[in-house]
Amino acid sequence: MTGTAAKQHFALFARHPHLAYLDNAASTQTPQAVVGAMASYYTGYRANIHRGVYELSALATGRYENARGALARFINASADEIIFTSGTTAGLNWLALRLTQKFTSRDNVVLTRLEHHANLVPWQQAAKERGFSLRFVELTPGYEIDLASARTLIDENTKVVGFALVSNTLGTISPARELIALAHERGALTIVDAAQAAAHLPLDVRDLEADFVAFSGHKMYGPTGSGVLFGRREHLRRLEPLFYGGEMVSHVTYETAEWAGIPERFEAGTPAIAEAIGLGAAAEFITGLDLAAIRAHETRLTEYALEKVGKEVKIIGPADISRRTGVVSFVIKGAHPHDIADILDKHGVVVRAGHHCTMPLMRYLGLTGATRASLGVYSTAEDIDRLVEGVRYAKKVLCA
Amino acid sequence: MRLELPHSEIEAVYKEMILELFRHPLNKKIPKRYDVKRRGLNPSCGDEIEVMIAWEEGKLSDIGHQGQGCAISQAAASLITDYVKGKTATEILSITNTDMINMLGIPVSYTRIKCALLCLSTIQDALT
Ligand SMILES: Cc1ncc(COP(=O)(O)O)c(C=O)c1O
Repeated sequence: MTGTAAKQHFALFARHPHLAYLDNAASTQTPQAVVGAMASYYTGYRANIHRGVYELSALATGRYENARGALARFINASADEIIFTSGTTAGLNWLALRLTQKFTSRDNVVLTRLEHHANLVPWQQAAKERGFSLRFVELTPGYEIDLASARTLIDENTKVVGFALVSNTLGTISPARELIALAHERGALTIVDAAQAAAHLPLDVRDLEADFVAFSGHKMYGPTGSGVLFGRREHLRRLEPLFYGGEMVSHVTYETAEWAGIPERFEAGTPAIAEAIGLGAAAEFITGLDLAAIRAHETRLTEYALEKVGKEVKIIGPADISRRTGVVSFVIKGAHPHDIADILDKHGVVVRAGHHCTMPLMRYLGLTGATRASLGVYSTAEDIDRLVEGVRYAKKVLCA
Repeated sequence: MRLELPHSEIEAVYKEMILELFRHPLNKKIPKRYDVKRRGLNPSCGDEIEVMIAWEEGKLSDIGHQGQGCAISQAAASLITDYVKGKTATEILSITNTDMINMLGIPVSYTRIKCALLCLSTIQDALT
């Protein structure tokens, strides 16, 4: 169930039937199933988890852990490898802090030129403190990851290779398998930023052989303030927690503490319980619609968008439909992205404008900004037609 | 989120005066001689502006700006750089955000306020 048929799951579209919501890379809308799952926690069995001996707490704990199970199934992991976080940013920050503790000036971390600030700034800060160096895999002129560059950069001193599975600015799908294989050949750990992939591409962490994968709930039809960090069990077992407090300990004296098992030791304090339950419902919602069908729908629409919008603007992203998702960025000569987005908004077309939290990438591409339309499961050809109409009008106003 | 509004609302913002200043901004130059230079950044879109100011006998004698920006930021830069000419530092520092928005004479939405104020705040930064 995709396109118009999928819209019925989202109350927002009943209220705004003509809205062309094309900012799904920033955040997706929330289906009733997710809103309902969260509401039922608040109205039906609200209690803290892992603490009360009473029935209500047991019920809440069960639903929270069921959600963990749903996320594990969603990416083919085990439940103890799923850490609930507040989002991709939280997961990546934790990794950049914890993985690099013993890094020295001989070591390096390899990222790519297209990383979101969330997978760049934490590494910059850690590099400043620990003295390791950062390297960036170049892009090809076709906006794809240059594997030849990756081959020369990833060496025996590379400790971590981190990359976005899908670029939030270009829509590029990274050659994850190849990057991970290169990293593992050199003994480096791999971190996959799957923020822009989770709702759009089937994700199988076993098949990928990724060491860590981070993603956000709010970009996969789930609640804000929710997310997942997947880590392979053998890595999680040796990693230090980031926060200390309740829930994450097994034994405490005035002098010492011992950590609980995984993943509890990484979830200190009361977590975002309703959000985790909502995220579990979101994973089931996506699975129910079938990710392969979602991918097929979005691919068809992306092709349509590239063809129609491409006649009016310069597309910034791969042309090969099999190597990209429905994140479609573009520029118009003589028109500023802010103005284009403003005029589109007044046409009922919601897009994002600016650097998309990839300022270095913009500079690398010689751009100051771009306008970005990004698709979701409920996007339709009509949305694209309205985008094209709005773009034509914006050109008339701005480029006269 | 405004849905399917008539083109007249678009025209209320993108008035001919604004578009004219966008296409042909005033004072978009590097003055021959200047005393201070300041860079300003709009973090929400990454736009950068640079202003260069020359003083003579306690008054701003010349000003130029450089950089890229949207129609609102370019129009605002044009208007404010003209407005501050011949004024003292105290007078310039007392210009308020509301003054700037009134000068533009268009409805400025919450998300565009930074665009409208970037040049003014950069000029005021340069004086402090
Ligand atoms: C590729 C990518 N990585 C990381 C993030 C950060 O996600 P969040 O803001 O949900 O933590 C985003 C979203 O903005 C993204 O698109």
